[in-house]
Amino acid sequence: MRQFVERHTFWAIVLLVAIGILLWLIFSVWPEWLIDAIGRKKTFVSTLLNGVTLGGLYFLVASGFTLVFGLMRNVNLAHGSMYLLGGYIGYEVAELTGSWFFGLAVAFGAVALTGVLLQVLVFRRMEGDDLRQTLVTIGISIIAADLMLAVWTGTTYQFQPPEWLFGAAELPVISVVKSSGDPVYIMYPIYRLSVLVAAVAVGIGLWLFLNRTRVGMMIRAGVNDREMLAASGVNVQLVFALVFAIGAGLAGFAGVVGGTALSIAPGEDIRYLLASLIVVIVGGLGSVPGAAIGALLIGLAEQFGLAYFPTYGVVLTFLIMVVTLAVRPQGLMGGR
Amino acid sequence: MDSRQLFSGGFSLSDIHPAKLALVVFLIAYPAFTSDFFTYQIGAYSLILGTIALSLMMLAGYGGMVSLAQMTVAGLAGYLVAILGDNSMDVMGLGWPWWMTAPVAILSAALFSAFIGAISVRTEGIYTIMITLAIGVAFFYFVRQNYPVFNGFTGFAGIEPPTVLGVYWRDPVPFYYLTLFIAAGFFFAVLYASRSTFGLSLQAIRDNPRRMRALGYDVTLHRIAAYFMSGVIAGTAGVLMVWFNGRISPGSVGVDVVIDILVIAVVGGMRHPIGPFLGAIAFVLLENFAIDLIDRERFNTVIGVAFLLIVLFSPDGLLGLWNRTREKIRFGRKVRPGYGGTKTNDRHAAGSLEETKP
Repeated sequence: MRQFVERHTFWAIVLLVAIGILLWLIFSVWPEWLIDAIGRKKTFVSTLLNGVTLGGLYFLVASGFTLVFGLMRNVNLAHGSMYLLGGYIGYEVAELTGSWFFGLAVAFGAVALTGVLLQVLVFRRMEGDDLRQTLVTIGISIIAADLMLAVWTGTTYQFQPPEWLFGAAELPVISVVKSSGDPVYIMYPIYRLSVLVAAVAVGIGLWLFLNRTRVGMMIRAGVNDREMLAASGVNVQLVFALVFAIGAGLAGFAGVVGGTALSIAPGEDIRYLLASLIVVIVGGLGSVPGAAIGALLIGLAEQFGLAYFPTYGVVLTFLIMVVTLAVRPQGLMGGR
Repeated sequence: MDSRQLFSGGFSLSDIHPAKLALVVFLIAYPAFTSDFFTYQIGAYSLILGTIALSLMMLAGYGGMVSLAQMTVAGLAGYLVAILGDNSMDVMGLGWPWWMTAPVAILSAALFSAFIGAISVRTEGIYTIMITLAIGVAFFYFVRQNYPVFNGFTGFAGIEPPTVLGVYWRDPVPFYYLTLFIAAGFFFAVLYASRSTFGLSLQAIRDNPRRMRALGYDVTLHRIAAYFMSGVIAGTAGVLMVWFNGRISPGSVGVDVVIDILVIAVVGGMRHPIGPFLGAIAFVLLENFAIDLIDRERFNTVIGVAFLLIVLFSPDGLLGLWNRTREKIRFGRKVRPGYGGTKTNDRHAAGSLEETKP
């Protein structure tokens, strides 16, 4: 942190000012001219929160994607299908047992198992042939989407989260002050906030796992040099299978979490695949912190686009990608 | 081709295999002995899809850049025809004559393709496929949510091909000949370009960009130029496509369609320009007649399985399968996969499925 301030003093100041403005925008009561310029404060704060929570969801999906790529150089374009599969499995189990958390756990486990099977049965056969692996994942995603459509039809499914996650919380953020002098506070769904909490928890968990455990060390070593890791006596195939399990499992986990926040329907797989792609292109392939930054940026861009210029929202996301590629082709946090 | 021919770039009539002449005669005579359905829905449609896949084959096979945005480029051209020309949706429809809309649409598509190239060539290998897929999907969501210009979810309908020289070009037989003429034109153009200086340097760049850079070639410019050319091909096919369907909507540039083009090119084979057309014929036949075998709803599973089988067992597609079978018959022994094919047997034309090393 200190190094950053010393090396990029100008950018540190810009960043500080931006954070200051943001905090002021959130906590102050907006004056008239500002409301005239960009609309009501409530819209702004809800959009901001929506963007951040959506970013959290995108991080859950994209972190698995980027983890798998970082280690195996395998661009898994079936990652969106894993998300959708996780959502459907979680829904079925939750319906059957009545426990949302059980559904979440089973979705994680089942999709993780699918990932391991894919790695062992398919990808191991064509190791080092990146393009062919990618093509295979495209084939798998076509078949998976069609079979899921056959089983679960085109209906939209909506989860019921546990009772205590339901409802809205009052945030300590004043939206307007009434003429009588009473402040009106902004309400926000608890469930969405817990998505954010889950994403942060997963992020911290992944960081601890990668940086503070022995297996995490092996994975990081594998990202840098696969051959040397194998040469030093580690069973690389086992590490691969484990990482694939975590990556796929996270997608399944996100399927339930996202399916509860939004909904589960055919076509969602493509939406989250696009999100994962752009998040890792912006953040840098193979970098988990990059995925976090990218997810936050894309989530915010998508929600602000939707709220402030509805029919051109996607262009904003697209522009972020193009600008990133033009300035830093390897992504914000990408190595090499 | 022998090495002499490779460099001279020319060929004489006597070199042409009789089977090829027979194929040409068959293609020209095709509408005479088939129904309108086969001429239009099978023949012309295969040729259009084949042309779009050809633009991908050119990029992937010769340039080593697997772009998933080819259908998006074609779709942009189709949308521009609807926006600049006439449509029946009361949205846009500037009413330009066809001889203005078509060139403008094709040129814009080519520029769009060059733009895609410019942002994706700075990275290499597997990144290209991701970036182009992201662009394709983003374009799909964009046209779906944009109402003022692209008319959102509904898209455009009532787009008429022109009546020129007293011929209404949507009639099956004239339309078939139009597509055949354009497809054959691009086929030979790509074949010729692959043997030109530009094509050879593009293939050399595919095999070893660093060496080519060291030799003083502008690698980025060659790649962007390749994207521009493939954009011309895809854009022209896009115009034909919108004339063929009479309408265009976000579904026409959806992810499944975008991927279908890749499926067609891979299934056909990306070593020779004929591959995409083979793939397109196989695809259209499956699309139309697979319903007789299985439920229509499950068409995507059939396509997916076919694609998977080809990628797993014959990475160079039907073309490679055919070449290997022929070798086997000729020499009566097993030929190493991936090296088949006497006509296109220079090892480095192997193409698309060989990874470009970053």
